[in-house]
Amino acid sequence: METEILMPALSPTMKEGKLAKWLVSEGEKVSAGDLIAEIETDKATMELEAVDDGILKKILITEGTDSVEVNTPIGLLSDNDSNEKEVSKISKTDKKNILKEKIPVISKKEESASKTVIRDSNNHRTEVHVKENSVDHDSVEITVREALRDAMAEEMRVNKNVFLMGEEVAEYQGAYKVSQGLLEEFGSKRVIDTPITENGFTGLGVGAAFAGLRPIVEFMTFNFAMQAIDHIINSAAKTLYMSGGQMGCPIVFRGPNGAASRVGAQHSQCYASWYSHVPGHKVVSPWSGSDAKGLLKSSIRDPNPVIFLENELLYGQKFDVPTSEDFLVPIGKAKIEREGSDITITAFSIMVGKALSAADQLSKMGISAEVINLRTLRPLDIDTIITSVQKTNHCISCEEGFPYSGIGAEISSQIMEKAFDWLDAPVKRITGKDVPMPYAANLEKLALPQIEDIINAVNVILSKS
Amino acid sequence: MSTSELPLLDDSFKKEEDTLNKSKIVSSKNSFSKETLLNFYNDMLLIRRFEERAGQLYGMGLIGGFCHLYIGQEAVVVGLQANVNQKDTIITTYRDHGHMLATGMDPKKVMAELTGREAGYSHGKGGSMHMFSKEKNFYGGHGIVGASVPIGTGLAFSHYYNDDGGVCLCYFGDGATNQGQVYESFNMAALWNLPIVYIIENNKYGMGTSVERASASTDLHRRGESYGIPGVAVNGMDVKEVYHAGKSAIDHARSNKGPIILEMKTYRYRGHSMSDPAKYRSKEELAKMRAENDPIDCLREEMMSSKMLDEKSFKEIDKKIKERVIEAAKFAQESKEPDPAELWTDVLLEV
Ligand SMILES: Cc1ncc(C[n+]2csc(CCOP(=O)(O)OP(=O)(O)O)c2C)c(N)n1
Ligand SMILES: [Mg+2]
Repeated sequence: METEILMPALSPTMKEGKLAKWLVSEGEKVSAGDLIAEIETDKATMELEAVDDGILKKILITEGTDSVEVNTPIGLLSDNDSNEKEVSKISKTDKKNILKEKIPVISKKEESASKTVIRDSNNHRTEVHVKENSVDHDSVEITVREALRDAMAEEMRVNKNVFLMGEEVAEYQGAYKVSQGLLEEFGSKRVIDTPITENGFTGLGVGAAFAGLRPIVEFMTFNFAMQAIDHIINSAAKTLYMSGGQMGCPIVFRGPNGAASRVGAQHSQCYASWYSHVPGHKVVSPWSGSDAKGLLKSSIRDPNPVIFLENELLYGQKFDVPTSEDFLVPIGKAKIEREGSDITITAFSIMVGKALSAADQLSKMGISAEVINLRTLRPLDIDTIITSVQKTNHCISCEEGFPYSGIGAEISSQIMEKAFDWLDAPVKRITGKDVPMPYAANLEKLALPQIEDIINAVNVILSKS
Repeated sequence: MSTSELPLLDDSFKKEEDTLNKSKIVSSKNSFSKETLLNFYNDMLLIRRFEERAGQLYGMGLIGGFCHLYIGQEAVVVGLQANVNQKDTIITTYRDHGHMLATGMDPKKVMAELTGREAGYSHGKGGSMHMFSKEKNFYGGHGIVGASVPIGTGLAFSHYYNDDGGVCLCYFGDGATNQGQVYESFNMAALWNLPIVYIIENNKYGMGTSVERASASTDLHRRGESYGIPGVAVNGMDVKEVYHAGKSAIDHARSNKGPIILEMKTYRYRGHSMSDPAKYRSKEELAKMRAENDPIDCLREEMMSSKMLDEKSFKEIDKKIKERVIEAAKFAQESKEPDPAELWTDVLLEV
């Protein structure tokens, strides 16, 4: 019998890949465990092993083919041993539903200029005018992953005190390949592979920052920062206050936050509201490539501890990002990603993309939604939200985290305190469900806020008022 | 089994060393019955074939998220679990499929959990890293590196508290040995003389980082020294050596002598998880390990050369196991997805 060899999924987030090379040719015999092909994912080149013995009867996808969707048949294996029957094909209906989320194209016309205060390592204050996506800057289309790396590299070039440490950041080039090339450029004194010992290296980073260095501490994911949350909060965030202003802690804690794809309850949690609860540090959460680059650069320059919440699913997304080394995005300023008049939708991180998709679809229904990318969660740019709500009189907040005491709870109570009379309807929170993250594909989808949830909520609110 | 080069702290320590040395002498005689060796072979092969099939289902998109395969390490869990009794408890990390199969959990229900289906051990809510079986005293399946150590110590505490004669077998990786909570646990276990066997599965790498690059001292079995916990390094690629080391260690813990560490020198053939291209080690290193130390091949060759079993019988076994695994995969694909209402259940117990 014949078995189809299918394009394999080689990571939780892989949807397609390049068939880089066939390691066997047609007619050749293979045994289970033999390497048969090389597949390139967005992160790495992987080798594909044969699972069954047989003869490679036919190559269906030639080597060098890009963007081969997962589960596409790439070759045919015929059985050596005709007695053994086995069906390893999967039915079409069984195939995983591959989530294809369209990211809307953002208009690049807008120009938002704002002022930000930057302090250097000697605590000198400088005011910088930040212009984004403006004609001042050449831009290039890169992934969020590259934007983050570029931000670190640029800051490491200008400030010798900046160093990066974390698990697999150096030789492996980052568990999610964010620190690609940094070891090569900056050497092992500044790009440091740590043992798996989060509480230890976080405390070490804090001590180094007290002494004037500027550590960037990468958590493989923020789920593992829970091992170290005592140092993040008790040591990093409180010392400036406890020392009567003597001892600041210029440190960046960064890494992917929130759900990835089916990695279960212990690996899928949004910490935005946890950290935002605490005074003494800033909490930043970028969405686009320029958010990532400009905000990370500002965070590294900031004299305070900054919690920098990334998202694994965004790492591979491409955006236009200014190339200038002077490009910064100010901490504490939200960005109106899309203007609208009927309702305000606030979002951060991956939810910005979902909010924009929702706004796109809503516009086809004749509803004009304004989408605010919060960018910073602490300090929250409530002014931008209030101004928007005064115009639209309606508001929905979106986040992936749990509803209880979430970012949406904070936003809605501030709106109530500051713009109650402007509201035509209560603020609505779109959040993850109030349960630990399930693994099953269907349950995970239900647990996470979806574009349709936003659209439905908008329709409900607007029809009520 | 090579015993540790523990610098002996006092005489009571010396006694432990002696017991372990004695068991070494016993183990060097081939005192295993054909039946025992066949059980070892079957159990190891089941894990190997199960994991290969899981890798395949992952490639087909039927398993998602993280999936850490145990291929190469089979002798560790099979040799150790052959020593446990019904009261003993087991806990491990996310690299847990082998442990579940070795404790006698049903391959069909394990595979169905991997595909995220209703019939899985956690009804699809846990996935590869999070399965449990109260019935088999298997306490998971933990995704946070190091977490299995204090929790396992707590299981041991319950054996001590209930005075039930049980021992906890607590598995974790070489990478995990650098977590602070491991030493907090060692201290309490030694302080309260808890019945626990700490099993360090040293497969040489924690993700892409070799033990040498992560650990200032690489004799991981000596990590309990400052708490007075004896430790032994064992060839984890040889199921018979593992069995004997496990027997001595479990006897030690069961006879109220307190915690003990076994460092199992082993190797994982696949990448850390499905998305790891494993470029941090040479192909030769892997090929050599497979060719010279494969726990399954070595046992098969030994049994064949000593005429215990011929090739035909082995083929027969292989076929049976393959069928079992195919059946599990089929079951896992045919089982339904969990009911949407399941999203809301099991968050809290109703009172
Ligand atoms: C606290 C924590 N930090 C980081 C991770 C990510 N991670 C998962 S497995 C792993 C490597 C662990 O290596 P080891 O303990 O040797 O076990 P092995 O995977 O080799 O079985 C890492 C870093 C995690 N799950 N938990
Ligand atoms: Mg390891």
